[in-house]
Amino acid sequence: MLKSTTPTMVGSEAKAKKKRHSFSLNAKDKYFALLFLGPSLLLLSVFVFYPMFRTLYISMFLTNTLGKTTVFNGFGNYATLLSSPEYIASMGSTLFYVLAVTALTVSIGLLLANLASQKLAGIGIFRTLYSITMGVSVSVAAIFWLFIFNPSTGFFTIISNALHLPVINWLTDPKMAMWAVIITTVWMHLGFTFLILLGSISSVPTTLYEAASVEGASERRQFFKITIPMISPTLFFVSTITLIDSFKSFGLIDLITKGGPTNSTNMLVYRLYKDAFYSGNYGQASSEAIILTIIIAFFTFLQFKFLEKRVNY
Amino acid sequence: MITSNKPNRLNKVLSYLLLVVLAVVILAPFFIGIWTSFLPTMDIAQGNFFSTKVSFDNYVAAFTKTPIVRYLGNSLVISTLTMLAQLVFCSMSAYAFVFLKFKYRNAIFILFLITMMLPFEAEIIPNFTTVKNLGMLDNYSVLLIPFLTSAFGTFMLRQAFMQTPTELKEAADIEGLNHFQIYWSIVLPYNKISMITLGAYSFLGAWNQYLWPMLTTFSNDSRLIQNGLRQLQSEETFNDWGMIQASAAIIVIPTIIVLFVGQHYFKSGMNEGAVK
Amino acid sequence: MSTILNQVSKQYSEKEDILKNVSAEIETGEFFVIVGPSGCGKSTLLRMIAGLTSISDGEISIDGQVVNDLQPKDRKLTMVFQSYALFPFLNVWDNVAFGLKARNIDQAEVHQRVNDALDMVNLSELKERKPRELSGGQRQRVALARAVASDAKLCLMDEPLSNLDAQLRIKMRQEIYQLQRKLGITLIYVTHDQVEAMTMADHIMVLNDHEVQQIGTPTEIYQQPANEFVANFFGTPLINLLPAQRVDDRTLNVEGDFEVKTEQKISENEVNVGIRPGELHVEASDELNANATVKSSEFLGDETIVYATMNSEHEVRVLIPGKAVFAPYEKVKITASGNVFLFDANHKRIPFESEELVNA
Repeated sequence: MLKSTTPTMVGSEAKAKKKRHSFSLNAKDKYFALLFLGPSLLLLSVFVFYPMFRTLYISMFLTNTLGKTTVFNGFGNYATLLSSPEYIASMGSTLFYVLAVTALTVSIGLLLANLASQKLAGIGIFRTLYSITMGVSVSVAAIFWLFIFNPSTGFFTIISNALHLPVINWLTDPKMAMWAVIITTVWMHLGFTFLILLGSISSVPTTLYEAASVEGASERRQFFKITIPMISPTLFFVSTITLIDSFKSFGLIDLITKGGPTNSTNMLVYRLYKDAFYSGNYGQASSEAIILTIIIAFFTFLQFKFLEKRVNY
Repeated sequence: MITSNKPNRLNKVLSYLLLVVLAVVILAPFFIGIWTSFLPTMDIAQGNFFSTKVSFDNYVAAFTKTPIVRYLGNSLVISTLTMLAQLVFCSMSAYAFVFLKFKYRNAIFILFLITMMLPFEAEIIPNFTTVKNLGMLDNYSVLLIPFLTSAFGTFMLRQAFMQTPTELKEAADIEGLNHFQIYWSIVLPYNKISMITLGAYSFLGAWNQYLWPMLTTFSNDSRLIQNGLRQLQSEETFNDWGMIQASAAIIVIPTIIVLFVGQHYFKSGMNEGAVK
Repeated sequence: MSTILNQVSKQYSEKEDILKNVSAEIETGEFFVIVGPSGCGKSTLLRMIAGLTSISDGEISIDGQVVNDLQPKDRKLTMVFQSYALFPFLNVWDNVAFGLKARNIDQAEVHQRVNDALDMVNLSELKERKPRELSGGQRQRVALARAVASDAKLCLMDEPLSNLDAQLRIKMRQEIYQLQRKLGITLIYVTHDQVEAMTMADHIMVLNDHEVQQIGTPTEIYQQPANEFVANFFGTPLINLLPAQRVDDRTLNVEGDFEVKTEQKISENEVNVGIRPGELHVEASDELNANATVKSSEFLGDETIVYATMNSEHEVRVLIPGKAVFAPYEKVKITASGNVFLFDANHKRIPFESEELVNA
């Protein structure tokens, strides 16, 4: 989540900057540049650029279980993947998960932010409470919710029994397991999304609302006709961040469902991990990694572009 | 004596009602988790949720029977070191991008931007081979070295550094300060807030690491808390819910305190990054 | 059929009065200006009329209806904000149409009214533009068009010209004035600028220190200020306020510097005398007869302001036609015409006997 937080201005400022800091110790700058930039560049080369190319390379080969490349396979791994119903299903469940998580997180976050942006006594307490899940790590979230979902002793089961309602098999029913993971993910993301949206809503000038209320717009209309358009850049931002982040979900799945039951929550990263480190199928896992990279890169790029365009807003 | 406005007052009551209901829903997992952490596992297993046998036994058990203190210590060390390293390396590269003129500067910057588009999760296969070949497995170094720098951190600080008034830099040039002096005594102090924000991000980022530590550590000496909890939950004490909940509470309470204390910085940092 | 403020008050807390017992009647179709220094509560008063701020005490009625508990949208008025409050994501046309659409007015009429309003403020050609693509004056016109398009007969403006440069301010001042006359709407206009108040208003309400100081026509305010504050607030350069002692029925001694033969009968022994800079005269003088020393003079083109220090140490401003020939440190003799204001110990103006007769 943090990694993809945003470029606000890329192109235009880069140009402006050229002019601003143009002179000063130019001759020696390159040595300092090497010194200042060298360590980061080295680290990124070893742990980001090299592995990217290496992954691309391995993805074109068949491999043995030690990860050594054996036979060149061209795009064979990709072809196998894309014709595998299992992979297509995994892609489908990932998409479902990602869309559900994004839609729910953003809309609930928006509801909370809009409520908490009111000027009421003690509203600060609610703002703090709503942002609390920012302090929750993957494993803690998983444990709290695992107990709630637990089929025999879980909180939901206790409640259902007490009310004589049918018990839902959250973790054993494939459909419900998916929802269990979605609910936990949304809950975890909510604090962050809420805080960002709250910041954005609070920065809408109050005179806009005053003007609208004098002109006869109801509160509902003000929300849809002023708040939403005014914060639309931020809405886009939190949506893409949530989207990117849920494509990369791993921890919660590992903790809650381990990809099951019947592969219903076997999403892209989890599958990649299992194919590589359980099955030792590094070639195919690498091609999965490349596909994942393309998806993530696409959305990140979209975000870059959009935010760059918005600089002059 | 403010003139009463009836529809307004009703709205207020409804607002508070909604605020409270939502707060309860959001906090419910906490309450349930923390409440059960005080109950004997037997009672939990029997669904005796309103047991009165409240005690700290689970906490004592968590501290004495499990390596949770070790896990916490590992996470604390790794997160702190990661944070410090990222602050140093990110601020240095950001300084280079903003204040130094050198060949290929824009090209290298674009390289950094591209880095932000590549998910680490997709690179674990070669990275695993690399650290294995370097003999770093199951060791602090494997948790630290790949994360000493971050493209995101560099980018975020670059954006902040660009807001540093040119006059400050120019005054320093006239005084004859070298780049180390300018970096250390002008740029860093001026951008303190952004540094604190990045520090918080990188600390939390490291704290929440899951996939990579799971792959590369397998002894309690280097296992981090996230994977440690999984370990507790999945193997050693299966179904000892009371103790597991206590372990979760032990972890979550300090982070929430840190979060409340640092909330101001989070907000300003996020708005800087997101909503300009 | 007017807007009536009856003992309107506003407190944020027990001790802190924002407005105290403000009463006024604003007639239909008039240009009513509320003027005062910053912090006097003038914007709060306007916001109370609009319904954006609640009323602590008293009553506001519009067209015979008490509106204290009405929502802003139900008060049938429009408002132009200091910051214009334009919606940045809507173009000019949609900005003007916003309120009409909110009130569910039918499409054809919305079109008609928006187009007419844009015509009236000469913005028809820019109707596709977004606010950020407009100059300050154009944004101001959009805000005006929004008020025009609404059929509300009462329009409130909160310092609408304060974000414009000096030249544009004069131009827009005239446009707003003409617009108000053309539409025949009631306009309540808040400003801190005495010139705006003097040039546009039918009636002015002067607020200071959370209280009404005076309500009157510009002429009344200028010629018969209720107190020292009002006298001081209107007119440039500032009026000279000097302590003076009674000599006889029609003569005042101003701190031993000079005597004034007043048109008004003097009844109190100690007064403050208010003399407009134009009512003072300055002439070159020898050391012996001089009663003041020139500090500096500012040449404004067709007149000159001379700043001088009286022998009694009081500073005065004198406005003289043409270019002054006085140099700093030059000794001069300053005298006054009889057209002065007298203020009592409570800083209230002592009225003319003739005024008293009229008022009685």
